[in-house]
Amino acid sequence: MKKKLLSALLCTSMAASLFVGCGGAASEGGVDPDAAEATEEEAAEETAEAEAVTNTFGDPNGTHLEMWTFVELHGQHYGVMAEEWNKQHPDNTIEITCTTYPYGDMHTKLLTALEAGTGAPDICDVEVGQFPNVVEGLDQWLVPLNDYAKDYLDTMVTSRMETYQGEDGNYYGAPYHVGATVMYYNVAAMSEAMGLSQEDVIAKIDAVKTWDDYAKLGEEYVGAVNEEGKYWTSVDTGGTDWLWLAMAENGDDWTGGFDNPANVELDSVKTMLEMQQSWLKSGLAEISPDGHVDLEAGFQNIMDHNIVSFPKAMWYMSRFTNYMPEESGNWYIAKCPVFKAGQKCSVGIGGTGTVVTQQSANKELAAEFTCWAKMSAEGEQHIWDTLGFDVCNSALWGDDAFAHDDNNQYNKFFINYPYDVLNDIGMDNIGKISVVSISPTINEYICTTTLNEVLEDPDYSVADALKEAQDAVDMEQ
Amino acid sequence: MKFRKIFYSQKVAPYVFVVPFILSFFFFWVYPLITAFTMSFQDIGAITSEWIGFANYTKLLKDNVFHIAVMNSVKYMFFTLVLLIPFPMLFAVLMDSHLVKAKGVWKAILYMPALTSVVISGTLFRLMFTEYTTGQMNIISSFLGLGTYKWLKMGWSGMLALLIVACWRWTGVNMLYFLSGLKSIDTALYEAADIDGASGWQKFRYVTLPLLKPTTVYVLTISVYAGLSMFLESYMLWAGNSSPNNIGLTIVGYLYKRGIEKNDMGYACAVGVVLLVVALIINFVQLIFNGTFKKEEQ
Repeated sequence: MKKKLLSALLCTSMAASLFVGCGGAASEGGVDPDAAEATEEEAAEETAEAEAVTNTFGDPNGTHLEMWTFVELHGQHYGVMAEEWNKQHPDNTIEITCTTYPYGDMHTKLLTALEAGTGAPDICDVEVGQFPNVVEGLDQWLVPLNDYAKDYLDTMVTSRMETYQGEDGNYYGAPYHVGATVMYYNVAAMSEAMGLSQEDVIAKIDAVKTWDDYAKLGEEYVGAVNEEGKYWTSVDTGGTDWLWLAMAENGDDWTGGFDNPANVELDSVKTMLEMQQSWLKSGLAEISPDGHVDLEAGFQNIMDHNIVSFPKAMWYMSRFTNYMPEESGNWYIAKCPVFKAGQKCSVGIGGTGTVVTQQSANKELAAEFTCWAKMSAEGEQHIWDTLGFDVCNSALWGDDAFAHDDNNQYNKFFINYPYDVLNDIGMDNIGKISVVSISPTINEYICTTTLNEVLEDPDYSVADALKEAQDAVDMEQ
Repeated sequence: MKFRKIFYSQKVAPYVFVVPFILSFFFFWVYPLITAFTMSFQDIGAITSEWIGFANYTKLLKDNVFHIAVMNSVKYMFFTLVLLIPFPMLFAVLMDSHLVKAKGVWKAILYMPALTSVVISGTLFRLMFTEYTTGQMNIISSFLGLGTYKWLKMGWSGMLALLIVACWRWTGVNMLYFLSGLKSIDTALYEAADIDGASGWQKFRYVTLPLLKPTTVYVLTISVYAGLSMFLESYMLWAGNSSPNNIGLTIVGYLYKRGIEKNDMGYACAVGVVLLVVALIINFVQLIFNGTFKKEEQ
C-alpha cells in the first residue's frame, strides 16, 4: 500500500515538474513572439539576434546609465549619441551600457523587473505592440517625459507622440519614427512588362489617386505581363497593415482610445477586405507567401518580381537595403491610393517608444538624454543615416541637406527621394490608430483567424468573419 | 560524540542524501505549484491583484481558442504515441539483432537530432515547410506531381509538420530507452525459445514484448507528458505563437500567450492548472490500465 502511495506521489511530482517546467520552456523560446504581426517594426532583425549583446559607450568617469533594446542598431544609436552628448556637456558626461536581448526576452524581463520593483534599466526600448503592457503602470513605473520633450514638441509629429501617451495624457515614450505608410512600386519590372519607359510608368503611378485607379493600373500590368504567378500586389493574412490604412483613410479606429469599447465591425475594414477578395478572384492579387511581405518568403517573392506593388511603412526601406540589395534602382515610392478624394492617405505603423523607468537612480539625466537622442536634430540625423526611419521631427523633412543627401544609402537606393513623398503626404495626412490594452487581442484574432477566413476563401462572408472577431474581442473586454 | 553518532547513523544517512532533492522539490516545484494554484483564482494586474473566485475557470470553459489548444495538444500527444513507441521499438530490436552493421554510426545518427537546439531545427523546418515554391517540401511534392501546398496554413499539414519534427527529434532517444530495456532481457530466454523452435515473430511476441513492458510503460508515461507540454516546436515552426486559425497552438503555447504576451498571469495559471489536471488524469488512467499500481501491491 505504501508503494502505491509512493508511485502516486512520484507521478504527481512528475506532473508538477511539467507544470512548473512550462515557465522554463517559455523563457527559452524568446526569439520573436510577434513576427507574424506586420505591425511589428523589427520582425526580421529580431530573429537574427539570439543572444544578449552588450556594448558600453561614453565616458567611464561619467554618470552610468543602463539601457536595454531588442535591436542592436538601436543600441549603437544611443552609443553614438552618448559620445556626442559628452562633447556638448563636458561637465555632465555619461557612460551608457546598451544590452540587446531577443525581442520576447527583453519585454518579458522589463515587465518582470517593473512588477518586481527592482532590476529594471534606466532606459528601455519598448515596441509599440507591447507598450500598453508597460504603460499600465503609468508614473509608478515610468517617468513622464513631458518636461524633457517640451523643447522639441512643436516640430514633432503629434500623432506619434500620442502613440506613447498614458491614460493620464502624459508622454511616456520617445518615438523613433512616424512609420508613415507609402506605396512601393517596382518601376523597372513594370516598364519591362508594359513596354513603356520608366518615366511613362512613373507618370502612370503618379496619376493613381484612388483604389479604383490603382486596380485599373494593376489590370493593365497583369494584362501586359500575362504570365502565371505574376501579380500586381499581395494581400496579407498575417498582418493588419492594409486594414489600418483603410481605417485611417476613413477616419475610423477600432478602439478609438482608452475608454471606448472596441468595435472591429467597421465599414472601412469591410470595404477593404471585400476589395481584396475581388482582387484575389480576378487574379490581380495573390496571398503573401507565409502571410506577409516582411518575412524571408516575402523578400524572395519581391525579388522574383512576382508582385510589383504593395503598401508598407517607410521603415520597410531598410528591408530593401538589407535583404534585397540587388533591387537597387528599381523601386519608386508613392502616396497610397484612397477610397475618396480628400481622405488621409497614410497611417503610422509600427514603432518603438523609449521609456525611462522610475527605478533609475538618475531619472532626470536619463530622460533628458533620451529625449535629446531621439528628438533633437543631431539625433534625427543619425536615425535617418543608419536606421533609415522617417523621423518624427518634421522640421527636418524640408531641409535639403537632410532630406536630399545623396550619400544617404536610402536616397541612393530608391528612384525618388523618400522624404519628398513624406512632404507630399504632409504631417496632417498621416492617420493614427490607437494602441490600447485590447489592441494585441484584436490584432491577434484578425491575423490568426479573420484574415485567413476571408482571404484564403474569397467567397467567405466578410461580415460574418468580422462578427466572429467581434464576439471573440467582446469576451476579452 | 552525539553528533558523530547521528552523522554515521544508518537511519539518518538516507535522509541526508535525499535532502538536496527534497529542498529543490519544495522550492522549485511545490512552492510554485501552490502559488500558481492560488494565482489562478486572481486577476493579476500591473500594480495590484484581486481575488475573483472561479472567474478564470468559467472564462476558460467558454474560451474557443483554449478548446482548440487542448484539442491540438491531445491530438499531437496521441499521434506521437502512435509513432514514437512502435517505430523506435522496432529500430531498437533491429539494432540489437545481427542484421545491422555499424551500429554505433546508426545510433549516433539517430541520436544527433536530440542534441540539436529546437530553436535552430525549428527555424530550418519552417523554411522547409514554407509555402513558397523554393521550400524543400514543395519541391518534393511538385516533383511527385502533387503540386505545391500551403503546408503551415492547413490543419492536417500543420500537424504533419509538427509530427515530422517530433519524430526527427525523439526517435533516437526512445530507441535508446528500448535498447537499454532489451539489454536487460536474459539471452537464455531466447536460447530456450530457439530450442522450442520458436520463429522470430514468436520470440518477439512472447519474449521481447512482455519483458520490455516496464520500458514501454515508462516511455508511454513520459511521452504523454512530453506531448501535452509541447510548445517550442510549434513556436519555432510558426515563427511565434500565432498560427493561421490556431492550427499550431498548444496548451502551453496558450499559457505563454496569456501569461507573458498578454500579461494576464491569473488566467495563464488557470490554463496551467487545467493542463496539470488533464495530464494527471490521462497518466493515472494509463498507469492503472497498464497494471502499474497492481503489480506494486503483489
